[in-house]
Amino acid sequence: MRVFKTWLGTNSGQTPTVIQRHSAFTRVWHWVNAVCLLVLLMSGLQIFNAHPALYWGKDSHFDSPALSIRAMSGNDGELRGITQVGTYRFDTTGVLGVSGPRDARERRAFPAWITLPSPRWLAAGRQWHFLAAWIFVPMLIAYLLYLVISGQLRRRLLPRRREWRSIGHTLYEHLRLRFPKGEEARHYNLLQKLAYLLVLFVITPLIILTGLTMSPTMDATWPWLLDVFGGRQSARTIHFLCALALVGFFLIHIVLVLVSGVVNNLRSMITGRYVLLPKTAPETAPEKEARDE
Amino acid sequence: MNEPTDPRRRRFLTNSLLATSAVLLAGCDRLSRSDTMSRLFDAGEALTQRAQRLLASRESLAREYAPKDIAPTFRANGTTNPQNEAYRRLAANGFRDWRLTIDGLVERPQTFSLDELKAMPSRTQITRHDCVEGWSCIGQWTGVVLGDLLAQVGVRDEARFVVFHCADRYHGTDPYYESLDMLEAYHPQTLLAYDLNGTDLPIANGAPLRLRAERQLGYKMAKYVMRVELVESFAHLGRGRGGYWEDRGYQWWAGI
Repeated sequence: MRVFKTWLGTNSGQTPTVIQRHSAFTRVWHWVNAVCLLVLLMSGLQIFNAHPALYWGKDSHFDSPALSIRAMSGNDGELRGITQVGTYRFDTTGVLGVSGPRDARERRAFPAWITLPSPRWLAAGRQWHFLAAWIFVPMLIAYLLYLVISGQLRRRLLPRRREWRSIGHTLYEHLRLRFPKGEEARHYNLLQKLAYLLVLFVITPLIILTGLTMSPTMDATWPWLLDVFGGRQSARTIHFLCALALVGFFLIHIVLVLVSGVVNNLRSMITGRYVLLPKTAPETAPEKEARDE
Repeated sequence: MNEPTDPRRRRFLTNSLLATSAVLLAGCDRLSRSDTMSRLFDAGEALTQRAQRLLASRESLAREYAPKDIAPTFRANGTTNPQNEAYRRLAANGFRDWRLTIDGLVERPQTFSLDELKAMPSRTQITRHDCVEGWSCIGQWTGVVLGDLLAQVGVRDEARFVVFHCADRYHGTDPYYESLDMLEAYHPQTLLAYDLNGTDLPIANGAPLRLRAERQLGYKMAKYVMRVELVESFAHLGRGRGGYWEDRGYQWWAGI
């Protein structure tokens, strides 16, 4: 039972402080975003599979891609998946280049389980991608405006000078998976702030603009897009790298949600209520308490 | 209870996981074909078209490049060598017997030989070809501005689309065709091109005549054009979606 209470953040007999952490708008935005980003990622990989190579510059230099994922026949006649980054080659059989059950190997850059739709179907991938983008982009713009107008950007996300002084300590504590408790947990810490600022104001705007740069009509409309990103194929590569960065953010996000009080975190993103974990005996990790029972 | 490392147990877990994801993925694939989703996709496409039309002015030009940017070989995609008898005969004779027909909702239906087209005022542009697959290739195109041809035959007021009928059947299926609306058709960079990189358009790239619509993706730029037809609607053509690839699920609006 105490384990459960630890998860909820209500152990140790003290009356827990409950705060309203996320507004209704933030909560709805978060979950719609989660679905949109998943669809965008999976349909994006479907689109990538139609031409599984990336280039730098205005157009495609087909014999010198920056990255390519191919299927090749090995010496034994078996299909091998080869991923090449610059001049480095990796055998990625089973995941990239060649995947699927052993008796029905398929030549495809990203495997069926991570593309939307799962079979090779570029037309449908594009339909999903643009539909999700039409939901994701207006919601993002609305959310950024909301952050600025409501003052939350300044109050909750912009780092304060004193936070920079303790950045080393914050980083060290995070690496030990020890998270702020009590009053300290009321606000985002510096690492959270920087991660959210980076995603909201750098990576997502970049991924949207590079996405637009791939549109021939947008290039005619806003030719500066081509100059900013060094050409359509560079933009396509940056688009892919930003997607990779968002996957990285997502993975860290999920791990941190899980290890820093999963129920409390999830509840705060569903009902908005967040319990400030009491700041008692910081050296006692939850697992240890559980064993003491 | 089995040990966690029991292969049977592990196989059971793996299989359950695979089965669950297969069910989920199959669900997504069924969803992709459902009426609700196709209506949503169509709405999204309409939104994209409207937004891009709103932002792009009539005259906003596709970027034109320098001669040094021209790709050493221009990649050919789709059909690269039409096999039907009629086309083979025309090609064997260097397209001397080839004629372009312009008809439909026009005042003066007309046919043009390749030489007649080449004698008309031409436009040369070095542009980037963007394939729906994701790659780009830069080439230099010379041809007749489509708007000039349309002015010559006199487009009737009811005409809303220009349809391009082609000689090729991709993988031996239905005849290739494409359509543009009047705005894109009258765009100053929209050409019927007969020359690539200073030489006659090769068969792989659509000889003797192909469409260039530089603000659209590659599949809009019909190759092996035989006939240009002005229509009020393309509902009666092919499967009614306005083009060979559109009939197979690709967007009619290929500005993105």
